[in-house]
Amino acid sequence: MRYFGLIWRSAWRKKIRTLLTILSVFVAFLLFFLLNAIGQAMTGGGATIESASRLVVIHKVSLINPLPISYLNKIAAVPGVDRVSHATWFGGYYQDPKQQFGQFPIDPDEYLPIYPELEIPEEQLEAFRTTRTGAIVGASLAETYGFEIGDRVPLHAMWPQQDGSETWEFDIVGIMTNTSKGGSDAMFLFRYDYFDEARLWSKGNVGWYVLTLSPGANPVEVANAIDAQFANSPAETKTSTEDAFARSFMEQMGNIALIVQLILGAVFFTLLLVTGNTMAQSVRERIGELAVLKTLGFRDQAVLGIVLAESILIIVIGGMFGLLAGAGLLAAVSDTFSAMIGVGLSVSSQSLVLGIAIMLVAGILSGIFPALQAMRLTIVDALARG
Amino acid sequence: MSEILAELRGVSRSYQKGKEKVEVLHELDMDIPVGDFVAIMGPSGSGKTTLLNMLGGLDRPTSGTVKVGGAELSSMSNNQLSNWRSTHVGFVFQFYNLLPVLTAQKNVELPLLLTNFSAKERAERAAIALDIVGLADRARHRPAELSGGQEQRVAIARAIVSDPTLLLCDEPTGDLDRETADEILKLLQVLNSEHGKTIVMVTHDAQAAEYAKRTLHVDKGQLESRAAA
Repeated sequence: MRYFGLIWRSAWRKKIRTLLTILSVFVAFLLFFLLNAIGQAMTGGGATIESASRLVVIHKVSLINPLPISYLNKIAAVPGVDRVSHATWFGGYYQDPKQQFGQFPIDPDEYLPIYPELEIPEEQLEAFRTTRTGAIVGASLAETYGFEIGDRVPLHAMWPQQDGSETWEFDIVGIMTNTSKGGSDAMFLFRYDYFDEARLWSKGNVGWYVLTLSPGANPVEVANAIDAQFANSPAETKTSTEDAFARSFMEQMGNIALIVQLILGAVFFTLLLVTGNTMAQSVRERIGELAVLKTLGFRDQAVLGIVLAESILIIVIGGMFGLLAGAGLLAAVSDTFSAMIGVGLSVSSQSLVLGIAIMLVAGILSGIFPALQAMRLTIVDALARG
Repeated sequence: MSEILAELRGVSRSYQKGKEKVEVLHELDMDIPVGDFVAIMGPSGSGKTTLLNMLGGLDRPTSGTVKVGGAELSSMSNNQLSNWRSTHVGFVFQFYNLLPVLTAQKNVELPLLLTNFSAKERAERAAIALDIVGLADRARHRPAELSGGQEQRVAIARAIVSDPTLLLCDEPTGDLDRETADEILKLLQVLNSEHGKTIVMVTHDAQAAEYAKRTLHVDKGQLESRAAA
């Protein structure tokens, strides 16, 4: 702390250069926290199967492979399964391809009881049961797109109807809300029977099954029993938690974790070059000053520490601003992201610790060579050069 | 006989310049009494600055011994020399060598960062040093906002702030006009006569040397002495 004033003022020797360096560090760490949060949401964390209360059954090969509707009763018969229902990815958009949200054909009587956190007035649920083209939408989605009960909403989907049309029309009959903390209700649910009858292909199939467990049932045993039942069949299954299921959605886009790591690797490599260059220039410009410090009695190690601390300071300033901006941005887009894949975004304590560790390591790595150069300066030579 | 502060015995210093060995100092003997103000003159390349560097523990002799205040500098490690410099010697350079990012006050406080003084004590001592050199009212100015003479005064304040016994000045007036140079030299005289600082000053300027008590001439790495006029 004694040297902090000296380090701080030295760091701001060339204000514009330091600001630009801090800006590049800021962008690097903003990307780090954003990509890390997205990567974590897609590839890790969440509840383990041992503690799961709901399980999801998908095709063993991939989520995009459908499962026969005939599995419904077989899964329901597995000991430990309380309720089971199904849903299918509709993949449509509203008016503009950019306006996508979760749309799922479901069974109104069986699906909603599995999600008690999705609340809807009884009369609206009844209307859903009795309206073949009926749809219920989450309150947040209704607010975003201005949906109201009674509206007829066209969705353009990847599923053609038997008449060849890819535009499906639905009547909004209910607005639901998600009462769980942090839960998303940005969903558009409609009836499976209408969907299955009207679609051109893949009839009799569903995207996945979701089930609740009987009290005391062992989730691992139930999952194993389901998967064993369909082993060696044309459509083998993989039973997992909801979090794992949500992530498998995103894995359709590719190896997210690897992509994230590659981007971050490139970003931090560039960051090291930028900051290292700044520090090297800074040391070159003040060889005479560093020699004066040594003349006054500053030890070689103190000079090394001062230059290293300066490098770390620049990275920590940029990094902390990146963290703050990242946290703010993640909070802003978390709902949207959650609506897309069902998993929210935030800066986890794990990525916070990792981020701070990277700040320190990057500060040391980018400053170590200039710092060693400063430490090894011979006073007499440096005074003559400076 | 005055007490001896600095004692050089048989000091030689040679450098390797390419394949050639250059001897800058050759078996030089010198005594500097406490309270002395000595000017060292000589042609370029005669070894004046190397001699000053030896006295300040910035360089080590190839052979011979350098003792200052009883401390054998030639046998000290780098860290020991750093510690010794921080408390026993103050340096004044031709081009002032102030840190441009710091105010005059903070420049003067620099040597005190190596002590256990609190921030308040450091500030107080720096203020006293600036007052001694007549720059109390320029404490918050940065070097770029000061004249050459004022910068050199700040450098002198920095040199004396930790109250060293020995001041080493390398061409302290070499970058100043005559009038300003005289002011700086008078200040050095005051520091010598009133504050008891022993001063060794390297200079090319015969007029500057007249402010010293005596002048030593160095030529080809060897010393000849004569009394000051």
